[in-house]
Amino acid sequence: MELKGNVPQGDLKEKWIEYRSKMNLVAPNNKRNIEIIVVGTGLAGASAASTLAELGYQVKAFTYHDSPRRAHSIAAQGGINAAKNYANDGDSIWRLFYDTIKGGDYRSREANVYRLAEVSNNIIDQATAQGVPFARDYGGLLDNRSFGGVQVSRTFYARGQTGQQLLLGAYSSLSRQVAKGQVQMFTRQEMLDLVLVDGKARGIITRDLLTGELKRHAAHAVVLATGGYGNTYFLSTNAMFSNATAAWRAAKRGAFFANPCYVQIHPTCIPQSGDYQSKLTLMSESLRNDGRVWVPRHKEDAQAIREGNKTPQDIAEADRYYYLEERYPAFGNLVPRDVASRAAKVACDQGLGVNQTGKAVYLDFESAIYRYGKSKAHMEGYENPDKATIIKFGEEVVSEKYGNLFEMYEKITGDNPYKTPMKIYPAVHYTMGGLWVDYNLQSNIPGLFVAGEANFSDHGANRLGASALMQGLADGYFVLPYTIGTFLAGEIRTPKFETSLPEFARTERETKERIEKLMNIGGNQTVDSFHKRLGKVMWENVGVARNAGGLEKAIKEIKEIRKDFYEDLYIPGSADGINPELEKATKVADFLELGELMAYDALNRNESCGGHFREEYQTEEGEALRDDKNFAYVAAWEWDDGGNHIMHKEPLKFEFVELKTRSYK
Amino acid sequence: MKWIITFFKSSLGRKLIMALTGLFLIVFLMIHLTGNSLLLLNDEGEAFTGFVEFMEENPLIKITAYLLYLGFIIHILQGIVIYFTNRNAKGGTYAVKTTANASFFSKYMFWFGVMIFIFLTLHLINFWLGLKVTGEFGNEELYGKVVTAFHNPVYLVVYELGMIALFMHLRHGFHSAFQTLGWNHKKWTPLIKCLGNLYSIIVPLGFFIIPLYIYFFK
Amino acid sequence: MKLNLKIWRQKNKHSKGKFEIYQVDANEHMSFLEMLDVLNEQLVAEKKEPVAFEHDCREGICGTCGMVINGRPHGLLQGTTTCQLHMRFFKDGDTIVIEPYKAKAFPVVKDLVVDRSSLDKIIQAGGFVSINTGQAQDANNIPIEKEISSKAFDAAACIGCGACVAACPNGAAMLFTSAKISHLGLLPQGAVETDRRVMRMVIQMDKEGFGSCSNIGACEVECPKEIKLTNIARMNRYYYKSAFASDN
Repeated sequence: MELKGNVPQGDLKEKWIEYRSKMNLVAPNNKRNIEIIVVGTGLAGASAASTLAELGYQVKAFTYHDSPRRAHSIAAQGGINAAKNYANDGDSIWRLFYDTIKGGDYRSREANVYRLAEVSNNIIDQATAQGVPFARDYGGLLDNRSFGGVQVSRTFYARGQTGQQLLLGAYSSLSRQVAKGQVQMFTRQEMLDLVLVDGKARGIITRDLLTGELKRHAAHAVVLATGGYGNTYFLSTNAMFSNATAAWRAAKRGAFFANPCYVQIHPTCIPQSGDYQSKLTLMSESLRNDGRVWVPRHKEDAQAIREGNKTPQDIAEADRYYYLEERYPAFGNLVPRDVASRAAKVACDQGLGVNQTGKAVYLDFESAIYRYGKSKAHMEGYENPDKATIIKFGEEVVSEKYGNLFEMYEKITGDNPYKTPMKIYPAVHYTMGGLWVDYNLQSNIPGLFVAGEANFSDHGANRLGASALMQGLADGYFVLPYTIGTFLAGEIRTPKFETSLPEFARTERETKERIEKLMNIGGNQTVDSFHKRLGKVMWENVGVARNAGGLEKAIKEIKEIRKDFYEDLYIPGSADGINPELEKATKVADFLELGELMAYDALNRNESCGGHFREEYQTEEGEALRDDKNFAYVAAWEWDDGGNHIMHKEPLKFEFVELKTRSYK
Repeated sequence: MKWIITFFKSSLGRKLIMALTGLFLIVFLMIHLTGNSLLLLNDEGEAFTGFVEFMEENPLIKITAYLLYLGFIIHILQGIVIYFTNRNAKGGTYAVKTTANASFFSKYMFWFGVMIFIFLTLHLINFWLGLKVTGEFGNEELYGKVVTAFHNPVYLVVYELGMIALFMHLRHGFHSAFQTLGWNHKKWTPLIKCLGNLYSIIVPLGFFIIPLYIYFFK
Repeated sequence: MKLNLKIWRQKNKHSKGKFEIYQVDANEHMSFLEMLDVLNEQLVAEKKEPVAFEHDCREGICGTCGMVINGRPHGLLQGTTTCQLHMRFFKDGDTIVIEPYKAKAFPVVKDLVVDRSSLDKIIQAGGFVSINTGQAQDANNIPIEKEISSKAFDAAACIGCGACVAACPNGAAMLFTSAKISHLGLLPQGAVETDRRVMRMVIQMDKEGFGSCSNIGACEVECPKEIKLTNIARMNRYYYKSAFASDN
């Protein structure tokens, strides 16, 4: 079956405005009687819930955290893009759109991306009005910085805590609506299933994480804003509890899961240091503005460093291989994430890695410190400053820009990054794939809307830095609140749903059985041990670089792990009360299926694009080789328990941009 | 007028009262010390008695005296209410006690207050009761009473302990009052803290020295 | 490194808890929570119930984690959350005492997990700017002095972990509440409703059963985001102004 994206007709620049002006609306008196469930309170969820409530809908918002403010959007560091052109460097909506399409390696929907670029400016206005303290210059106006994959400065930031500040803005709007009674807030409630009534999404089943009680919740429509599935890899920059369960449960109820193989591996993370490690920590991409990435040019030097016989300072300038600057002179250290990650892997595979595991490269601030130091010394009136003075001033400037990131790095590793280069390595960070949605952000299940990282929509095969915050908030503040009306306009005569309907009872029973099944396995192995096994298979075979043999092997191995999981899992305690092991188990059970689908999708996509790099498909120089003729489509999967997953294709039509080979050289 | 009640019943309102009455008492202490310092003169109490008479007869000071009683009573009662409300708000103590995050003076503020209260009661019974309430002795006899009292070693020790407690209480109380009033400023707060430290040492020290002087030299 | 852990175990809100002693083998590169992960894996392997504690991002920003380690919320390290505390600050053979936050407004739910929803209620009382989506003007229409914006940021950095309350001998949430009031009050966008905000938030704070401030400053010392007491002074000013000088 060919999927339709429901993109409106007309010129790209007019589509959204035109569509918005003509779409069906729900009158205020009807909105009062319509209920909407919003699952997740991150940027997309909180912004959607508060905006829908402002419009007059009755909203029920859900989070498994103790407070909506804890969602992992809070950890986004670097910034948020917008086409304001405050920097006067030639930015425009078109350029943001074009950069995003190109950055995504031409695997996203033109109209969606254009709309995203269009509303990006409103987000900055909205957030500023909410009191988000974006960085400012002495003149009192907003400051910008650059991110990877673009040649303009369009990233707005709030120190290294942009996600936190934006989320707190959305959280405050949400809190305002909670106080007004427009949003009913459910905390510590984890969604474990989706309830369909007559083929439409009408409710969810949640587990109260304190009492273990299963609860039914009904509404006219359900919005999932439940984030990505990066934790399939066990180790990622996601929070410990970030998971795919809500989205995956919807998939098991018939929603299509699109492009699961598009995973973003972020180049600048703190390398793994041991098996006990529970998660990886990101060092913001903004660091690549000033940090230079390098490894020793010679294997012998790398080995000496690994063995502790040499320090990075011992390597002469000529013996340092600044591989990004050399390979990609046009963008240098600011190439997109997929390119930078792959290059790091290549360098380490060549034996040039620099920590004990051989899986790390340097991110060096020495020349930035020197450069800034000189300039500041000049400003302070020093004619011929000595080296110590320059370094002192340079460190001050760098600390102003990245102080909190440097501190965090030092806390975790014990190394001082002002004195010795940071060690970094790629890690799973974001998932571009997600539930399939049309232009209205509605999935193939009527009434099921998906926003933020949980949907597949705007980033194609690779997401540019500072675009996740933009998309989450665009969906929640400016897109979904309108487009959900197209569905709800047809529902104004539908009375509120009772949770006593047989559909709710049945779904609750099935959820209960699933939990009991897990609790009753009574084996010997912990949830984490399975999750770690899955993570290893995923990282090795569905990671930075993939190949057919590895993917086939991964599918086989994941099936084996799944089998073992259901035979030998042990969960202590009971299901009625706080049980962290049970919570993990329900998530890992879903990762074990989703992981298989990711490998399956990667195996199907016989091309390299963005974050999906198939070793069989590369140019002589080792760059990704796309196949637009055969693969310019969205692969939306329908899960099959037997392993023959069904693909629904949505062809991607490019009417306004020309498909080009992505080059950052 | 509901707003006034709401204000003074709120946590911040109560704190404001503590700070204002506290500052008022701080001013009073200075005047008290001025009077007491006359005891150091070698004039057989002439200046001191003169000061006492002035304080007794000036109508403005008489009114202020009533305000002072009120100030004491409010400061004490409010302190007790706040202490118990706060103790109730704290859900218990930790198994490991730490001294890393709070100064000794600030943590035991209430207990220094209690010590001062005990001292104050004794102090009032000794001098104020006889002079003002029962009329046991007159203004001109006060000097003699004071000299006698300070020659009693038990009273002397209690008095000096009271002054140590006063130092502890003021050491935190002085600058804390300004913080409560909202006076926290990068440039001025260090100055206030410095003044507070000086005040909390000099004033109690003044009170501390006088009885010793009398005990040893008069 | 071998460690002795003395951890508070409490089945639920209503039951009485007690300390239990555990031994765990850790290494110095682990974070404190990874050390607890090791303990929990060990307990599960012994078919015992793991220690319940809250955590999520493990990057020091979500504010979910928080426990009292040797008498100090988030442990000994200045400006650091529990998840960012690493074992290299402990020695082989150390005994570490781990307790939940203690405050009347934070009832213990299980082991080291407490209920901090009272903080959300304070925010709901007024910790926002009353603006609907779509109403905003261009972001550069209101210039804001860099210094002021930076001060607002310092206050806005609060992660809502509740360490200030846990550290306060009075169980007060002044630092938390004042941080939000300062953040919004310093910015022109938020200053418009300062009078109303401060009144409502303070009253809510009292209602939730938090204590009052006696300027001890333990909150400031323990705050993982190093939020300053200046904010409390500012809140006081705003509050007096709201009570005495505004019409509401």
